[in-house]
Amino acid sequence: MQMFPLVAKGAVVRRRSKVLVGPVDLTLGGQGTSIVIGPNGAGKTTLLKMLHGIVRMNGGSLDWACPLDEAQKHQAFVFQTPVMMRRSVIDNIAYPLRLTGIARKEARARAADWAKRVGLGGILERQATMLSGGERQKLALARALVREPQVLFLDEPCAALDGRATREIEEILAHASESGTRLVMSTHNMGQARRLADEVIFVLQGRIHEFSPAADFFAGPQTPQGRAFLNGDIVE
Amino acid sequence: MNDLWAGLSQAFWLLATLDADLVEITLRSLRVTLTALAIACAIALPLAAFLAVRRFRLRRATIAVLNALMGLPPVVVGLVVYVFLSRAGPFGVFGLLFTPTAMIIAQVIIVVPLVASVAHQSLRELWSDYHDLLISMNATQLQRIKALLWDGRRALLTAALAGFGRAIGEVGAIMVVGGNIDHATRVLTTAIALETGKGEFAMALGLGFVLIALAIAVNLAIHWLGRTESEGRW
Repeated sequence: MQMFPLVAKGAVVRRRSKVLVGPVDLTLGGQGTSIVIGPNGAGKTTLLKMLHGIVRMNGGSLDWACPLDEAQKHQAFVFQTPVMMRRSVIDNIAYPLRLTGIARKEARARAADWAKRVGLGGILERQATMLSGGERQKLALARALVREPQVLFLDEPCAALDGRATREIEEILAHASESGTRLVMSTHNMGQARRLADEVIFVLQGRIHEFSPAADFFAGPQTPQGRAFLNGDIVE
Repeated sequence: MNDLWAGLSQAFWLLATLDADLVEITLRSLRVTLTALAIACAIALPLAAFLAVRRFRLRRATIAVLNALMGLPPVVVGLVVYVFLSRAGPFGVFGLLFTPTAMIIAQVIIVVPLVASVAHQSLRELWSDYHDLLISMNATQLQRIKALLWDGRRALLTAALAGFGRAIGEVGAIMVVGGNIDHATRVLTTAIALETGKGEFAMALGLGFVLIALAIAVNLAIHWLGRTESEGRW
């Protein structure tokens, strides 16, 4: 099924008459990894949630190349602070499969396979809320990837993780990307952005200031704000 | 003070000899209360989960009414049920007045708001954690409710125990609709009221201690079964 391009036209998210994001005009193709960067409060998380459809828009349009209900079935979201369901590791990962009507035995078998892929194979029956920060993020990734989504949104998945855990997460993401999953991810880590990005979306005050191939952006941003941000200056 | 000691020794004696009347009314108390609790939980827990996940126009008002109904006067509930079940009432034809079924109906009405309100508090917090995740996973309304009920099961146990406490200690409503008939509708609480009325304080206190012991035993049993205090569980 062809989901892309994803086209946003004049998309706006408002809360209590304050514009959080938008108007956004954006066209995302079906390949590679898009990295969303910008200062705190720029609207990165809201932008990702809007594209994913868990934040309601107050104006504009957002269209996938396929019907919306189909598109919703083929995407997943990893939150900055992973939500651990009050279940075991394996039941957490199996849960999205159970939602689609897959039998418990098969869902658990597939979940066990994904747990092994992300390095949680040895703690399948441990309660998810007992996991460390890195393990939680791996579980969240496995739970998102178990349905083999065509597009995966990630909101700063490596925030508050150490270097080793970050590297492990990046390896999982690189593998997912090689397998054809489209990644749209926000990060504050410019090193990570350089390692993973095929294209960069620079967000400031709820608007997309730059949207360009990663090589072009990191070689020389087109806007003064982009240059300042890349230089580590305070941008507001 | 003498009455207290006499009550304790009476309670011990009743338990030690497995007094036939005590066993009968204790079993009836448990049967009525646990049946009412099971029915109340079957109504209240899904209702609490529904109120947590679903947004509708009168939601806040519904929650406010539910909370207010926690303080429902049992005697008034008993009176209303009495009117409905009496021969001249709309359900008089079923002949349920002065039967354990009538007592169960009254207890269900008293317990549902309490269980639903306590459960709603827990599930509302759980839903605030799960909200984005379950929407992101495209879970249907029913799937969201099921997830909340399953993952919040240990918190819901507390709600059920609160309901049990209210039901087992209830006297006003079941006295009105049950009639405290010997070998038919007499339960621990109505027996205590009767013995107190007769001036048999030692016997009344004895039954009271049995009632307290029963409530504690059931609470401990449910906690143990649910393993609510085990590390890493809920």
